[in-house]
Amino acid sequence: MTEVVATNHTILVVGAGISGITAAVEAAETGNNVVLVEKRPYLGGRVSQLYKYFPKLCFPSCGLEINQRRLSAQGGISILTMAEVTAVSGSEGNYSATVKISPRFVNENCTACGACGDVVEAEFDNEHNYGLNKRKGAYLPYNMAKPQRYVIDPRIIGTDDAEKAKAACKYAAIDLDMQEQTIEFKAGAIIWATGWQPYDANKIQPYGYDRYANVITSVEFERMMDKFGPTGGKILRPSDNAEAKDIAFIQCAGSRDRNHLKHCSRICCMATLKQSTYITEQYGVDDADAKGTIYYIDIRSIDRFEDFYRKVQNDPKISFIRSKVANIVQDKDQNPILNGVDTEGYHRYENRHDLVVLAIGMEPSVNKDSFPLEIVINEHGFIEADEANGGIFAAGCASDALDVNRAVQTATAAALRAVQVVNRVAGSEG
Amino acid sequence: MPDYDKKLGAYLCSGCGIGDRLNVSQMETTAKRDGKAAIVKTHEFLCSKAGVEMIRKDIDAGDVNHVIIGACSHRSKVEAFRFDRAAISRANLREGCIWIRPYTDEAQQTTQEMGDDLIRMACAESRYINIPEPSGEQELNKTLLVVGGGMTGMTTALESAKAGYRVELVEKAAALGGWMAQLHKCIPHRMPYANPVATNIDATIAAVNAHANITLHLSASVAKTEGAPGRFKIEIATEYGTSTTVEVGAIVQASGYNMFDPNNVPAMNHAKSADIVTNMELEALAKAAGDGPIKRPSDGREVSSVIFVQNVGQASEAKGHLPYHSGIGDLIAIKQALYFKTQNRGCETTILFNHLRTPGAAGEDFYCSGQNYEVTFRKGIASEVFPGSSLEVQFRDMILDEDTSQTADLVVLDVGMVPNSGPDPYALPLVADKEKGAAPVFEVTLDSILNLEYRQGTDLPHLKHGFTDSHFICFPYETRRSGIYAAGPVRRPMDIHQAMEDATGAAMKAIQALENAGKGRSAHPRSGDLSYPLFRKEGCTRCKRCTVECPFAAIDEDEKGYPQFNESRCRRCGICMGACPVRVISFDNYSVDSIGQQIKNVDMPDEFDEKPRILVLACENDAYPALDMAAQNGIEYSPFARVIPVRCLGSVNTVWITDALNSGYDGIILMGCSKGDDYQCHFVKGSEMAYQRMSQIADTLQILSLDAERVVTYEVAITDIHRAPRLINAMAETIEKIGMSPFKF
Repeated sequence: MTEVVATNHTILVVGAGISGITAAVEAAETGNNVVLVEKRPYLGGRVSQLYKYFPKLCFPSCGLEINQRRLSAQGGISILTMAEVTAVSGSEGNYSATVKISPRFVNENCTACGACGDVVEAEFDNEHNYGLNKRKGAYLPYNMAKPQRYVIDPRIIGTDDAEKAKAACKYAAIDLDMQEQTIEFKAGAIIWATGWQPYDANKIQPYGYDRYANVITSVEFERMMDKFGPTGGKILRPSDNAEAKDIAFIQCAGSRDRNHLKHCSRICCMATLKQSTYITEQYGVDDADAKGTIYYIDIRSIDRFEDFYRKVQNDPKISFIRSKVANIVQDKDQNPILNGVDTEGYHRYENRHDLVVLAIGMEPSVNKDSFPLEIVINEHGFIEADEANGGIFAAGCASDALDVNRAVQTATAAALRAVQVVNRVAGSEG
Repeated sequence: MPDYDKKLGAYLCSGCGIGDRLNVSQMETTAKRDGKAAIVKTHEFLCSKAGVEMIRKDIDAGDVNHVIIGACSHRSKVEAFRFDRAAISRANLREGCIWIRPYTDEAQQTTQEMGDDLIRMACAESRYINIPEPSGEQELNKTLLVVGGGMTGMTTALESAKAGYRVELVEKAAALGGWMAQLHKCIPHRMPYANPVATNIDATIAAVNAHANITLHLSASVAKTEGAPGRFKIEIATEYGTSTTVEVGAIVQASGYNMFDPNNVPAMNHAKSADIVTNMELEALAKAAGDGPIKRPSDGREVSSVIFVQNVGQASEAKGHLPYHSGIGDLIAIKQALYFKTQNRGCETTILFNHLRTPGAAGEDFYCSGQNYEVTFRKGIASEVFPGSSLEVQFRDMILDEDTSQTADLVVLDVGMVPNSGPDPYALPLVADKEKGAAPVFEVTLDSILNLEYRQGTDLPHLKHGFTDSHFICFPYETRRSGIYAAGPVRRPMDIHQAMEDATGAAMKAIQALENAGKGRSAHPRSGDLSYPLFRKEGCTRCKRCTVECPFAAIDEDEKGYPQFNESRCRRCGICMGACPVRVISFDNYSVDSIGQQIKNVDMPDEFDEKPRILVLACENDAYPALDMAAQNGIEYSPFARVIPVRCLGSVNTVWITDALNSGYDGIILMGCSKGDDYQCHFVKGSEMAYQRMSQIADTLQILSLDAERVVTYEVAITDIHRAPRLINAMAETIEKIGMSPFKF
C-alpha cells in the first residue's frame, strides 16, 4: 500500500511537468514538505517530449536532468506517478485530497535492467511519441524517465506476455496482482499544475489532418528530431518515409479562431521559428531543396525573442507568407497543396510542400466540469487567481498559455503562495 | 576540515548482470587490497531493502562512515543509496562498464579490468573526500531588501511579508508607485478582458504602508552592499544626506525601466509638436481628463481622431533604436484607444501595427474587444509624422502594399522600455578590442543600483540589451550573484500582470536563498550541497585567477591581495579550484586529490600490453548522463576509457592533465557543455574556462614530446548519446595510429 507522510503543513502539487516539478523543488528546497502527483508513469510532462527550447536552442533534457536530481536530493518530496487527484475537500490550510493510483504492475525493486521488455511481444502506440511508433507492453517510457522503472501495460495483464515478463524479472519487481489504490492525505495548500494538451487537429477540417498523412502537428514534428524518437531523428513524410525537405508551417492552427480555441496560444510563433531551424540542422545550408515556409497572421516575438525572429528572417531557406491558409488538398503523390491568399499585397497562392506542420494550439488540461473543488476558471479553461480559490493556486499552463520560461515563473510564484498558507498554519499552531 | 577516522566500506552489487559479467570476488579483493576498504560485502540485489539495510547497519554500528557503492550509475537508485552522515562514492559498474561492453569471451578481460579500476577509483575518491560540515559561518537573517517601490517592488515586499518575512523597501522617489502611479488605467488581467481597469495603486500603497513587516525608505537609494546571502549589510542613503545600515538575508532588485526617448527617431517629430505624444504622456492627458474627453495639448480641443504609431524605434537594428521589442505596446495602444472610444464612440482611433503582439488568452480577448469598439487596426509601418494643426502620418500600408498617409488630431507614439539595471560589471573589459589596438572604454554613465562591494563590479551582470535576465529557459531566476534576484521589467520587458508574478517568484527565491544560507546549503544548481571552498593561505601566490574567474563573484580580495571566500555566495562549481595554479583551494567532497587520486589509482598496463588508457573527464550534468544513456541503449565504447564525472569542466585543474600524461595515460578527453553566446554551462563560464586552460596544455605536451591529439576538449550535450561514445572510440583509434604513450612505468 502506498503511503505518504502529509499534514496540513504539506503542499500538494498536482502535475509533474516543468511547472509542477519547479513548484515542488522550490517549495521543498525552502524546507517544506511536498507531495507531487503525476498522472503519467514518469515526470517531466510535455518538456520531456521537446527536442529543443527557443530561443537558445538548448535541450530540455539538460534542465530536466538538474531538476530530477534536485527532486532526488530532497528528502521532503513524496512522488506519486500514475496518480490522479479525484477529490479534494476542506479549505485553505486544511485540505484532504483523495488520490487514485493506477497499478504499474512493477514495484520499486525494478532496476530498469530491461529483461521484461525483451521478452514481451505485444506492442502498443507509444504515447511519448504521440503514437507515431510502437512500444512494448513492458516498457521504460523514455531514456530519462523518472522513476527509472518499467511499466506493464494493463492490456497485457492476463496474457502470456505478462507471465513472460514476470518470469524474466530476477528482482521480484513485477507484481501482476497489483490493484488500483485510493489514498487520502492532508495538505495545507494545493498547486494545480496540470499543464496543457495539443488541440485536437482533427477538428480543423480544412487542413485535413485526419485525411492526409503528410499533415502533422508541431508536437509530432518535435518528436521526429529526437534521435531516440519515432524516426530516429529524421524528418520523414509519414506517407512514404521519404525525407521531407520542403516544409510548411501553419500558424494559429486551432488558435485565434472562434471555431476552435479563441485564445492565442502564445508559444506557437516562437516554436515554429525554432522548428524552422531544424531544417538547416537536418540538411545543412547547402541543400537547395531544403526550405521552410511559415504561413502566419502575426509573428508575436516579444522582447529579445525579436533577435531570434530576425535571425530566422535572415535565413535564406525560410520564407514568410502572411496568410491564414484557407485549405489543404493533396496531389496524387500525397503532397499537400496549400490554398490561400497572401494578405500582404493580396496574392492568391497554391503551394505544394512535402510536409505540413500545424502549429497546434495549446488547450489547458483543466476540466471545469470535473474539477474537484469550486474554483474560478475562465471561458478559455484557464484557472484565474481569485481569493475564492482559497489555498489552491494555479501554475504554468493551467493558468495561461505560457512558454516554459514563463511557466516556471508562475510556478515559482505559486510555490510562495502555497508557502504563505502553510507558514500561516504553522504560525497559528504556535 | 572534519576530524574523524575514515572507515571505508565497499558494497558491491552482483545484480543486473554484474555478477555474471564480472568476477565480483576479484573486485572484492581489489576493494580490500588496492582500495583499502575495511569492510567489503557483496549483495545480489544491493538496492533492495535488504541490501540497503545491510549498509545501513554497518553505518549505524559505527563500522563505516565512507560508503563505496559498486553497482549502477551515480544517477541511478539515488534515493535508495542516500545515507545521512556518510560520504558516498559510486563505482558505475553497470552503465559505466558491463552495459557498454559486448558480452563475449574476448571482451571479458578488458571489461574486468575496467570494473576493477572503477572500484579502485571509487575507493580512492572515498579516501580523499570528507563528509562536508557546515562551516559555522552561517547566519539566518529573515529580512529581505527590496530595491524599487514600483508595482514589482511593492508586490515583492507584500508577498514576502505575507510569508512571514521582514522587508526593507528602498525607493528612490519620494513616493511609492513607480510608473504605475502615472497610469490612468491598466490593461485588464482578469476576465472579462474587455475594458481598461482601475490601477488600484492606492490600495497597494496603503497595504505596503500598513504592513508591520515592511520598513519603508523613501527618497533613498542603496549606497553600499557588503557581505553575502544571510549576512548582507546595506547602507541606505537618503536625499537628505542621512544614512542607515540594515542587515538582510537576500535582495530583490526591482529597479524597473525608463521610457525610450522618441527623439532617437527624428522622423517621428516628437519634439516638434505638442500633439505628438508618447504612450506614457498620453496617460497624463487621460488622467487630467478624468472621465471627460481627452484634450489636445496644443489648443485644448477635444480629440476627435487619433493615430497610434506602433513600434517606434523598437525591434530595429538602426542606431539609437532598441533591437528588442517591449512586447506590450500593442496592448497599451488598444487600452488607450478605448480611453477615447469609451468616452466618445465616434472618435476615430487607428492603430498602425506591424505584428499585433497581443498574446495569450487575455491579449487576444482584449484585441477582440478593441475590434468590437470599432478601433481601426491597419497593418502599416510609419515612416514620418508631420506636425501641424492636423497631424499627418505617412506610412506603408502592408495589406494594400502602397505608401499612403492619414491625418489626425493627435498622434501617440508607442515607445519601449529601457531597463534601469545599472552598469554591467562585465561590459568594460569585454568591449576592449585589444587586437585592433583600441583602448578599453572605461566609461560608466549609469548609476549603480546596488553598489556591491564585490571584486567583480557593483551590479548584476546584464544578459542582453541591458536586461538582467537569467540565461536559462528552465531557470528564469538563475542569477550570477547568489541571493540577489532581479524582478519585473529590469529583468525582461513585461506587463504589470507578469511583473507581479515575477515579483512573487523572485520573493520565493530570495526567501529560499536566505533560508539556505542560514543552513550553509548551496543554491541552485548544486542545491543543498553543504561543502564550501577551503583555502590554504600558505602557498597562495595571490595570482588572483580565482577571484577573477569565479562566475558568481563569490571571492573578494583582502588588502594584501589574498582571496576572501564568501561561502554563501558560492555555487560549489569548483571553477576556482580549477583555476588555482598552486592548488590551495578544495572542497570537502571535491578536491584536486579526490579526482587526482582516482586518476592515479587506475591500474596502468605497461607499454607493450597494447592496452591504452583514456581518461575522460565528463560534466556530471550533460556528458556523463549522455554516456549513461548510451549504455542504457547498448551503445558500446572502448574498454580503455576511464570516465570520471566532474562538477563542471571549469573545475578541471590542469595538474590532473599533466599528472595523467606523466603517469602514462595515452589520451585525455574533456567533455563539457557548449560555450559562447548560447552557452549551456550552468556555471556560466566553466566550459569556456576549460577550453582556455586546455589551450595552454599544448606547451606541456610539447615539453613531454607528446602528440597534441592526445588531449582533446569537446562540447557535448546531454542528447549526444551516440556521439559521446564515438568521441571516445575516435580517441582509441587515434592512439592506435600514433602509438602508446612513452610514459608508462
